[in-house]
Amino acid sequence: MNKINNDVWVFIEQRDGTPADVSFELLSKGRKIADNLKSELKAVILGDKVQVLATQTFQFGVNEAIVYDHKDLAHYMTLPYSRLLSKLVSDEKPRVMLYGATVIGRDLAPRVASFTKSGLTADCTDLQVSDVNYLRKDYKNLLLQIRPAFGGNIIATIISPDVQTQMATVREGVMRMEKLDKPIEGRIRNIEYVADPIDSLVKLIEQHRKENKVNLKAAPIIVAGGYGMKTKENFALIQELANVIGGEVAGSRAAVDAGFIPSERQVGQTGVTVRPKLYIACGISGAIQHRAGMQEANKIIAINSDPDAPIFGVAHYGIVGDVMEIIPRFINEFKLKLR
Amino acid sequence: MSFNSIVMVKQVPDTANISGQVMKEDGTVNRAKLPAIFNHEDRAALELALQIKDKFGGKVTVITMGPPRASDILRECLYMGADEAYLISDRKFAGADTLATSYVLSEAIKYIGNYDFVFAGRQAIDGDTAQVGPQTAEKLVIPQITYVEEIVKVQKDKVTLKRKIDGGFEVLESTLPCLVTVLKDALFPRPFKARRVMAYKNAKTLLELEKMTEGNSLLYIDQLKDEYLHKGWYIHTLTMDDLKLDESRCGVHGSPTKVHKVESVVLTGGNHVMVPPTKEGISNLIDHLMEDHILG
Repeated sequence: MNKINNDVWVFIEQRDGTPADVSFELLSKGRKIADNLKSELKAVILGDKVQVLATQTFQFGVNEAIVYDHKDLAHYMTLPYSRLLSKLVSDEKPRVMLYGATVIGRDLAPRVASFTKSGLTADCTDLQVSDVNYLRKDYKNLLLQIRPAFGGNIIATIISPDVQTQMATVREGVMRMEKLDKPIEGRIRNIEYVADPIDSLVKLIEQHRKENKVNLKAAPIIVAGGYGMKTKENFALIQELANVIGGEVAGSRAAVDAGFIPSERQVGQTGVTVRPKLYIACGISGAIQHRAGMQEANKIIAINSDPDAPIFGVAHYGIVGDVMEIIPRFINEFKLKLR
Repeated sequence: MSFNSIVMVKQVPDTANISGQVMKEDGTVNRAKLPAIFNHEDRAALELALQIKDKFGGKVTVITMGPPRASDILRECLYMGADEAYLISDRKFAGADTLATSYVLSEAIKYIGNYDFVFAGRQAIDGDTAQVGPQTAEKLVIPQITYVEEIVKVQKDKVTLKRKIDGGFEVLESTLPCLVTVLKDALFPRPFKARRVMAYKNAKTLLELEKMTEGNSLLYIDQLKDEYLHKGWYIHTLTMDDLKLDESRCGVHGSPTKVHKVESVVLTGGNHVMVPPTKEGISNLIDHLMEDHILG
């Protein structure tokens, strides 16, 4: 009989052998959850030549890396990955299983959750462990899965009280990646990959990926423009301000849709979540979808001509006025002080 | 060579366009007041199915699980060109999460049968989970191709598709049948055809026909249903019992995830320092940020 356990698992996503940041972010969170549950943190890795990657996970507190290392698993493919993971989860019954809310994670997790009849919550922005009283029943140490819903208009806390495995996909960039001062002496458990006819029902013909050169998540200062910038020419001011103060340029969904800025620089629910030291929002009204991606910035300056714009609700400093006048003023004043 | 498609569609509250009228005084959204619309990505999924039908022939069937009024979007599907529509509706489906929903939908798809493709939008805008597609594919034991932007080629027993991945795209070849989830921007759904609107505005579900017979002793439901079937105006209506479903896997009972707490996001309020838009105001702000080592 399989023993029921409290282990916390994280699916480690790799592309051409490079781990996704979100996977390590989840290990850092997973370590805390495992400590809470007094259990082990395990990383599940599928890929080709991934032994080094397995040892990397120990820096984030992994007790055991479960590894399928085979050339046929080099690229993520739904059927073999979900088949192997479904079997593993069915056999070993972890208490918590986390995936990044990436295209891969959102393709894989539901298939595994369906097979194992686990609870699955999508796109979480926070995870906590707590005792819960639900419908007059007490549950110990449940995973609270917190996510925006209804287009971001509500924040829901989801629980999966009556199943063994509580699964969640978690948005990129919302958990902090924290290396341990001293890595754990973890172990690697290699499992042999045995192909199944199902694995080859879908074949990869070609793949094109441009590694994102823009790394908004790591930028300490971000200057973002919205639809209020009105034209692409005006948007150049955003770039100028960013250059002067040493920041990265970003935009709201509306600015991306209007063609002011490429989509890889979009901040918000469908873009990147950022938490820079300073975020300057220029001509951004502050729809909830945008605010979801930036409201945790250390300091937020909002510049908008509409004093009632919702962006002021999350700002630390508000400047009401015409962005086309205020940004040049900001640039001038800053340059004067640098002298 | 023709291909039959089943398209899963959903009626959703319009969460993307929050106007003042649906805001409560405390700055939260009054969800009950949001208008119900056809989920955009599902409409794109239907468009893809119709394009395959246009090119190769075959039949397009649409299904939705939802309350009786979800028949509105099924009629819209018929206006666009769908051949047949199914409303899967039962009070016992209420409170279903994605696992319970995918159980009901997969059983309905098995009941309809004879399909080469199952299509759905990538996700619905009320939950944004993108889970029902893959979970339905798993239960049907068929491949799933999610985030699809384009169908490149259809052959006798396989399909080549282009899908979005993080940072780019990939091209996959899948055996049939398979389940495909479609991105909204991939396709521009065709407008309604006037001729079809004239015909199918009369299309009705069993529940709607039953309403017509209420208080009219001259109308018999079975006769009425036969008449509508004959005219092609009948929207098939299936309940839990029709599908012989396991009640413990439907609705609230079949849903492992539960909503423990909901907090409304408040759009007003916030404490911020107002900075005058003047030279002095901005100069002071920069000084302040420099002192805090945030700038400079």
